[in-house]
Amino acid sequence: MGGKEILRGINLTVNPGEVHAIMGPNGSGKSTLAQVIAGRDLYTVTKGEVIYQGQDLLALAPEERAQEGIFLAFQYPVEIPGVSNLYFLKAALNAGRKKKGEPELDAMEFLSLVRQKIALMEMEESLLNRSVNAGFSGGEKKRNEIFQMAVLEPRLALLDETDSGLDIDALKIVSNGVNTLRGEDRAIVVITQYQRLLNHIVPDYVHVLAEGRIVRSGDKSLALTLEESGYAGIEELAETAQ
Amino acid sequence: MATQLNSLETLASQEYKWGFVTNIAADSVPPGLNEDTIRLISARKNEPQFMLDWRLKAYRQWLTMKEPSWANIHYPAIDYQKIIYYSAPKANKDGPKSLDDVDPELLATYEKLGIPLREREMLSGVAVDAVFDSVSVGTTFKKKLSELGIIFGSFSEAVQEHPELVQKYLGTVVPHSDNFFAALNAAVFSDGSFCYIPKGVRCPMELSTYFRINAKDTGQFERTLIVADEGAYVSYLEGCTAPMRDTNQLHAAVVELIALDNATIKYSTVQNWYPGDKEGKGGIYNFVTKRGKCLGVNSKISWTQVETGSAITWKYPSCLLLGDNSVGEFYSVALTNNYQQADTGTKMIHVGKNTSSTIVSKGISAGHGQNTYRGAVKILKGAAGARNYSQCDSMLLGDQCGAHTFPYLEVKNTSSSVEHEASTSKIGEDQIFYCRQRGISTEDAVGMIVNGFCKEVFRELPMEFAVEAQKLLGVSLEGSVG
Repeated sequence: MGGKEILRGINLTVNPGEVHAIMGPNGSGKSTLAQVIAGRDLYTVTKGEVIYQGQDLLALAPEERAQEGIFLAFQYPVEIPGVSNLYFLKAALNAGRKKKGEPELDAMEFLSLVRQKIALMEMEESLLNRSVNAGFSGGEKKRNEIFQMAVLEPRLALLDETDSGLDIDALKIVSNGVNTLRGEDRAIVVITQYQRLLNHIVPDYVHVLAEGRIVRSGDKSLALTLEESGYAGIEELAETAQ
Repeated sequence: MATQLNSLETLASQEYKWGFVTNIAADSVPPGLNEDTIRLISARKNEPQFMLDWRLKAYRQWLTMKEPSWANIHYPAIDYQKIIYYSAPKANKDGPKSLDDVDPELLATYEKLGIPLREREMLSGVAVDAVFDSVSVGTTFKKKLSELGIIFGSFSEAVQEHPELVQKYLGTVVPHSDNFFAALNAAVFSDGSFCYIPKGVRCPMELSTYFRINAKDTGQFERTLIVADEGAYVSYLEGCTAPMRDTNQLHAAVVELIALDNATIKYSTVQNWYPGDKEGKGGIYNFVTKRGKCLGVNSKISWTQVETGSAITWKYPSCLLLGDNSVGEFYSVALTNNYQQADTGTKMIHVGKNTSSTIVSKGISAGHGQNTYRGAVKILKGAAGARNYSQCDSMLLGDQCGAHTFPYLEVKNTSSSVEHEASTSKIGEDQIFYCRQRGISTEDAVGMIVNGFCKEVFRELPMEFAVEAQKLLGVSLEGSVG
């Protein structure tokens, strides 16, 4: 991006049913990784490949990736004034169904699906008729992301700092929502700076990202180690790895 | 980034699909304008003397006037002697008696435009007057409306059948001397729609006029007059298209609305004249004067316009709020793409006590389009307790286009309140990416975002037309963002 190299060596395999956590300090490339997988074209991939369900992911447009089941919960969900949450989500869901050759849901079917999912996130139904993220509080925006995820039922979900800006109650609700969505054919990658989230969403694997590289991988205990030692030690690791 | 912009560039790159020409024999007068042309038009229409006198008065006035140059629009000088001022499809000597007598070629034209004129095929609940070049070719549901005492049909017919009403109201809102284009219109206007809703009648269906320019080098000068008598209600819609031609054509229309005590007129426009090609060649010059007079107490006039067509749009649908407690509204979406220019807005003139007005303007500029909002709110001394709320939002797609806002406020009493809000935004790459990440294509995303931006205006449109307007917006967003 702008001639700056951000990611410099990521080797990561995520299988269906697994939850991976990616941790790392500010600027380590965590969000960039999520955006590159989702297809943001602010970034150019100079080397390497991303294989998703046996196909070359980088060859697909962002909307095709989404239709294939990749979901990114944004760190900063975007506001779209004048477009209702409900309308937006229906367009998104039906785009995916169309791709799979499934019939589009009609208004009634969609509404009953959405009602069920919104209860899960303990959100007010009135949020459905409000414009996408417009005037939402920070916490409402994050909850709305997971609500969308619940409706779209992705195969690979990337949660980009979904915990930032959440108070403890909201964190529990969001985590509970994510945990309900864990399943055998769904992979979840949780990006966070803080171990706190991982008490609620317990990962199968933890990876530490520093300066664009995965410098350590381990199980959930790695997150606890990090919590104690901080990222300072990790950055040294990154330097020795060079 | 580059691929995203490219896909925006090819977005909705559909051609103007209303650009076909109907092959039909036309009865036209030679190009050029002088008193004889006007006498000829008046004679063709078999008009009473008062009409001819009024036209000539307007023409003489026009000769002394100058084409306005204050608007933020640029175009080569118009040669008024090269324009054909009257063109009508050739018909049987007596003209069509009913829709069954209308030339099938014409019916087919309107069908192709999505405006079936045969009543059994029509959208139920909408009566249409179809104006083709200089004349009205047919009006639907006339009989049903006349049972309620509603007069709806072509202006020419009204002149023949209800001369007293025409004489009473013609030029009372937009006088023959109002401005250069209005004076020209008064001199040469050939047809348009006329509508009168009697006392206490709520018009049960949408009334609509569909304007079509077909003939080459022809100007279209139609005039619409709507009178809502005490306690009456009417919702009226006009639509317009023209063939694709590489010369510019002039459209200088006038619309006058009159609302008496407790009457409401809702006037909606979906303007889709040919906008010219991608290089800005051709297209309609849409120089229109529209004004409504809230003459009675508690009367209301509401303008809603969706302006996506025309090479140049110059129009300011306005309200003169004379009656106490009268209400004026202006809701506008103006989109300029490629080399289109629009200078549009409104005037709200508060004269009566406790009058109120609302202005919501949404300008969208793409390509090299230039979009200007120009609005005036005048609150006169006697307008105690008057209120105005104005909101002007501009959206830019790309960095070659422009948005301009010129609000004028003039408040002459201390008991009134005026609010003005304005914003300019650029359609965000982050918004588009967010939509795409949810599986929505760039094209649909832009359509969705722009429609969301225009929502406050679209919800003022009658249902069927709101859907139409949304589609039109998608199609008109042809081309460049960069």
